[in-house]
Amino acid sequence: MTNSIAEVVNSDVVFITGSNTTAGHPVIGARIRQAKQKGAKIIVAEPRVIDLSSDADVFLQIMPGTNVALYNAMMNVIISEGLQNSAYIEERTEKYDDLVAAVSSFTPEKAAEICGVSADDIRAAARLYAKAAKASIFYSMGVTQHTTGTEGVMSLSNLTLLCGNIGIESGGINPLRGQNNVQGACDMGGLPGDLTGYQKVANPDALAKFEKAWGVKLSDKPGVTLTEIVHKAGHGDIKFLYIMGENPMVSDPDLNHVEEALKNTEFLVVQDIFLTETARLADVVLPAASFAEKEGTFSNTERRVQRVRKAIEPIGNAKADWVILMDILNRLGIEKQYSHPSEIMAEIASLTPSYGGITYERLDQLGSLQWPCPTTDHPGTTYLHKAAIARGKGLFKGIEYKPSNELPDQEYPFLLTTGRVLYHYHTRTMTGKVDGLNALSPESFIEINPTTAKELGVNDGAKVRVSSRRGEIATVAKLTRTIKQGVVFMPFHFSEGAANMLTNPALDPISKIPEYKVCAVRIEPFDRVSDYV
Amino acid sequence: MVKLTIDGKAVEVPKNSYLIEAANAAGIKIPTLCYLELHKDKRGDNASCRVCCVEVEGRKNLAPACATPVMEGMVVKTDTARVIGARKMMLELLLSDHPQDCLTCGQAGKCGLQDLCYQYDIKESNYRGIMSDFPVDESNEFYVRDMNKCVNCRRCVMACSSFQCTHALDFASRGFTAHPTPPFDDPVSESVCVSCGNCVSVCPTAALLPKTKVKYRNWEVSRTTTTCSYCGVGCQLDLLVKDGKVVGIEPVDGAANNGLLCVKGKFGYNFINHPDRLTTPLIRKDGKLVEATWDEAYTLIVDKITKTKAEFGGDALAGLTSARVTNEENYLFQKMVRAGFGTNNVDHCARL
Ligand code: SF4
Ligand code: SF4
Ligand code: SF4
Ligand code: FES
Repeated sequence: MTNSIAEVVNSDVVFITGSNTTAGHPVIGARIRQAKQKGAKIIVAEPRVIDLSSDADVFLQIMPGTNVALYNAMMNVIISEGLQNSAYIEERTEKYDDLVAAVSSFTPEKAAEICGVSADDIRAAARLYAKAAKASIFYSMGVTQHTTGTEGVMSLSNLTLLCGNIGIESGGINPLRGQNNVQGACDMGGLPGDLTGYQKVANPDALAKFEKAWGVKLSDKPGVTLTEIVHKAGHGDIKFLYIMGENPMVSDPDLNHVEEALKNTEFLVVQDIFLTETARLADVVLPAASFAEKEGTFSNTERRVQRVRKAIEPIGNAKADWVILMDILNRLGIEKQYSHPSEIMAEIASLTPSYGGITYERLDQLGSLQWPCPTTDHPGTTYLHKAAIARGKGLFKGIEYKPSNELPDQEYPFLLTTGRVLYHYHTRTMTGKVDGLNALSPESFIEINPTTAKELGVNDGAKVRVSSRRGEIATVAKLTRTIKQGVVFMPFHFSEGAANMLTNPALDPISKIPEYKVCAVRIEPFDRVSDYV
Repeated sequence: MVKLTIDGKAVEVPKNSYLIEAANAAGIKIPTLCYLELHKDKRGDNASCRVCCVEVEGRKNLAPACATPVMEGMVVKTDTARVIGARKMMLELLLSDHPQDCLTCGQAGKCGLQDLCYQYDIKESNYRGIMSDFPVDESNEFYVRDMNKCVNCRRCVMACSSFQCTHALDFASRGFTAHPTPPFDDPVSESVCVSCGNCVSVCPTAALLPKTKVKYRNWEVSRTTTTCSYCGVGCQLDLLVKDGKVVGIEPVDGAANNGLLCVKGKFGYNFINHPDRLTTPLIRKDGKLVEATWDEAYTLIVDKITKTKAEFGGDALAGLTSARVTNEENYLFQKMVRAGFGTNNVDHCARL
């Protein structure tokens, strides 16, 4: 997030797109509603009617995968009505002409047809956003999990620059990260091309610094990404795979392929708190401690580093992940010992400029610190780009709308989009163990518009078979008017009736994120006796 | 800044402060029941219990400290006989319609009413009369609503409408039978309630009480402040621990959550001590995962790493780190892959 969560209550306009905030990030959802109570106007652009739709001054129920068309049309309106922030554009941005060229022919009428909403609503949203003194944007996987996800983000960033909303309090462009420490995993170098703090492995100075600190020679060749790792493991090119605290057997696209790949991996180590679907395929399973059993820090979606504190001893013979990793490092000849995670943080701070001023002492004293925090007397950064855009000037990029990789056709006539429910988290490794949460959300389902369901001959609560080019699953029909005809929705949490048996593994070429939000499926009622045996 | 005198002490506080904040600044504790300290811009909105009343020179009526703005030159007394008499009367009125079953009540030890009655030596109420007789609502998966224990402080309504903004609750009826409830006195499970438990966390009594697997007394648990392990909001919370088990969770006023939690953060903790937790390393032997020692597991892993690296080079190894573990652990993981395996093949599932 460029800005902080608490700032949203003072926004004049909040634009929510590609995020079912009250389900995915409930407390931020509550704070957006607090903003509404204080007088903020709300714009929501989502494929489904979500909770926040009822709070919205403008609600755009767009077809999944048409985000860029919508944003381009909003910018078309803003520019043609002269609502852009010209002084800001002049002073703090460049390549404005590229944007004008890309959106000038993208009228609201054109987008209305693609997105399945009214042109007037697009105009209303554009005017509302552009006229606000402080407008913030919140988005999540509904923007990123497309083959054009990166372009969706760039297009949103164009919109914020166009109206001067970057570098001000209560404005900004705010991605909501799904898991508690996604931000931290990225910050800490859990990326094939990046060391900590996004220092590139291909940068000889950065690499030399780490080589010196760690006392080993390091490779300057960027590694391969998750999807490629799984692919290569399946083909025997990767022979040893170590998975810590993840369950790709439910979360990855095209699960049939993942299962095969993991089974083919010569040696698989899985470290987790439960025997997950993935752990069952491992050659060695290591029992890890839960967050309640260890010390450490998480970095939340607003770059805020906060403490994790140990409340109980590890269960049975389980060990904290940091202890396990240190033991293995030591056995691999990297001798450094840590008696407490605060010593690991000290090493991180010494190698990572943006974390340079973060110490356990300060965290315990202040409660939290937001990076960039370069020195121990730096107060941390609540919102980014205050003085100037980080890279110098804000760069506009002309983005063309491109349709999703796989669209409905005769054989697979429905568009499937996936997401989360409030009562579960990710692959249910944890929430699936909580009775009350299971009672509120017991099983996989598919949301279908009643009119569509009628054509299919499917009743509410009926079992249906859903298939795509990748696979086939059984799930339960949930009829609801919150979804458009022709579009269907499934949560991805469940391993029985897993949505990711169906999803399309086509990747965004830049971010390598799979297109979870759009694929084509066929739906059939379970009617033959043979279906039940 | 505004200057005033409280119990003879001179205090100086910012202009828009309330008496209660001025008293806190002077180190004088004024008892409260309905006041919600969190949420600065809503302070004083509740003011329903009058337990915080104080005497202000020149005013005829006692003033609720939690809802009275400070004024220059104010002279305030917080412990006169009149003030104490009024507080006692408020408490006796509340107690007159409250089941006195503290022996078995789950809230004992952190109950606003119990604590105040203790402080003011109130054993029983001099006001006897009819008692409320509401049916107990157990329909929610995570908490019980027993309005017979409600002291009508409005905190739950405020939490639900002004902070959580779900609007599942409001007051119904007038006078003696007034009580907070979902519309039409339906079971809460049939309302728009999203089970966030924020009303439960702020209720001073056992009118709203979490359903817990393990029974505990509030003085039996230790508290550890930490960060929620579910989504990226990073809410701050306290883990309540009894006999080495996490038995409950309460919100903490962190920068991101301002005292709120959602259903997962508040009630989703039973996975921690779940019997299915992995408790020992496992190694696959003849196709089956069997229990092993740490040393066996480490030896096997390190042996494989070394051999694979020697035979096929570092790029034949890879690791997937986790968006669920700590920063320090992510750091060590990529260090292990880069420095130990000799490859940059490290990624995580954040894209999902
Ligand atoms: S649990 Fe949450 S939503 Fe339900 S009544 Fe309480 S505050 Fe409102
Ligand atoms: S239920 Fe609890 S919080 Fe709500 S009014 Fe009654 S005592 Fe107060
Ligand atoms: S309590 Fe809910 S909103 Fe807060 S971090 Fe946990 S899961 Fe996210
Ligand atoms: S605490 Fe002030 S009126 Fe209740």
